[in-house]
Amino acid sequence: MTRQLKLLEHALAGLLRRKYKNLSLLVVYAFTVATLGSVLFLTHALKAEAIGSLAEAPDLVVQRLVAGRHDLIPTDYVVSIRALPGVKKVTPRVWGYYYDALLRANFTLMGFSDEPQDLELLEGRLPGAPYECAVGNGVIEVFGAEIGDMLVLLDSREQNQLYEITGRFKAASSLLTNDLIVMQENTLRDFFAMDRKLATDIAVEVYNPREINTLAKKIRSHLPGTRPITRSEILHTYDTIFNWRSGMMLAVMVAALIAFCILAWDKATGISADEKREIGILKAVGWETADVLAVKFWEGLAISLSAFLIGLTAAWVHVFTLGAPALTPILKGWSVLFPTFALVPVVDLYQLFVLAFLTIAPYLACTLIPSWKAAVTDPEQVMRN
Amino acid sequence: MIRSTLFLTLTGSGLLLLIVLLTYGHSLDQGTNGKQQLVRTLGLTDLALFSEARYTRHPSQADLFSAFQDFPAAFEHFPSGSLIAPAPVGLTRQIDIRKRKER
Repeated sequence: MTRQLKLLEHALAGLLRRKYKNLSLLVVYAFTVATLGSVLFLTHALKAEAIGSLAEAPDLVVQRLVAGRHDLIPTDYVVSIRALPGVKKVTPRVWGYYYDALLRANFTLMGFSDEPQDLELLEGRLPGAPYECAVGNGVIEVFGAEIGDMLVLLDSREQNQLYEITGRFKAASSLLTNDLIVMQENTLRDFFAMDRKLATDIAVEVYNPREINTLAKKIRSHLPGTRPITRSEILHTYDTIFNWRSGMMLAVMVAALIAFCILAWDKATGISADEKREIGILKAVGWETADVLAVKFWEGLAISLSAFLIGLTAAWVHVFTLGAPALTPILKGWSVLFPTFALVPVVDLYQLFVLAFLTIAPYLACTLIPSWKAAVTDPEQVMRN
Repeated sequence: MIRSTLFLTLTGSGLLLLIVLLTYGHSLDQGTNGKQQLVRTLGLTDLALFSEARYTRHPSQADLFSAFQDFPAAFEHFPSGSLIAPAPVGLTRQIDIRKRKER
């Protein structure tokens, strides 16, 4: 134990002798870990948020496809679906989009047909009468409105319609409700001039979750031209979107990782003449090859572990305290209404172990291999070179 | 031995801080009950993250070739489209190839 402590002491003294070189390496190393860590933290937290919240999404959503595209579905289909054994509840849903040309923002308009009930994340109440609406936090912020104000929207007949804001979804639900305008189903039908015999899609609740896939197949065979989307497919979509192996963020990660590998390789293959001479002298005064390698191992571990800890802590602060300002522009894209969300700091330890393995292990290998080459060479030859 | 003691103390404290930060989220009330109630009541299917187009606002409800909304080889219009992977292969798969000898 004392022997290893003394070797560590020697390794740290060696690092301090080349402090500027090692400090710059530590900064780049920590930055790489922070970049990769931020992407992992953000995507995992978003995925956890999506999977946690959407666990209560409809068991099945049945769409109608015409010429390969989503089309309005006849409400007659409700009767056919309800007649299938195992179906608990069938609800036609009316929803759509509203583009505001002035703000250049899209809003999601959603019809609500049940009795209004108290919701934990709603300030005020859901619309209980025609020409009332409940809106998301993004809508409130972009218009500077308050509960009790009137929201003016241009309906499909190009007529201004006034809706009283009766409720506001709290900021904590922004990730789900930011651009949402909820109104009574019939009010929304009038707004879109949608036929009473049509709906946007149909939500189906099933008694036994194991029967969801079977029911989806039955619906497809009974009602050709429909596309049932199961809850597991919805969750799978989000799993795929935020999967750390997919999309643009992977490109960011790969670029960072390759840049770091080039740096580590350059450092490893370019072991300086001073370092070689140091190894030669240590060997000449009687150090074993194992001792030299132990010192180099401690040097590599000191740099890589410090960089990993600093980088990961910086990534945590960046994502969960500062709200990932460096990554949100990528997520934001052209969205005018982008939710301001505070993510719950949920972390996937498996991903962190992978990150640790991908950053610490190659660096240690890059440090040890050239040192081992120098250590096994004749000390005199090493010192002469 | 001052350097090694200082290094081990600092690294140990850093490791401890990191463990506290990483486990902090799991001990928090994640507020999913309120969100699940909202999703159940309104029948929501998607996150309101990318509102620029219908297939980025509701990726789970979009057409099957959602990233290439206008025609199959179309260039992607929106940056968010690059983040959205192709729809999972599931109940919607229909194309089947039959070899000549199977006919």
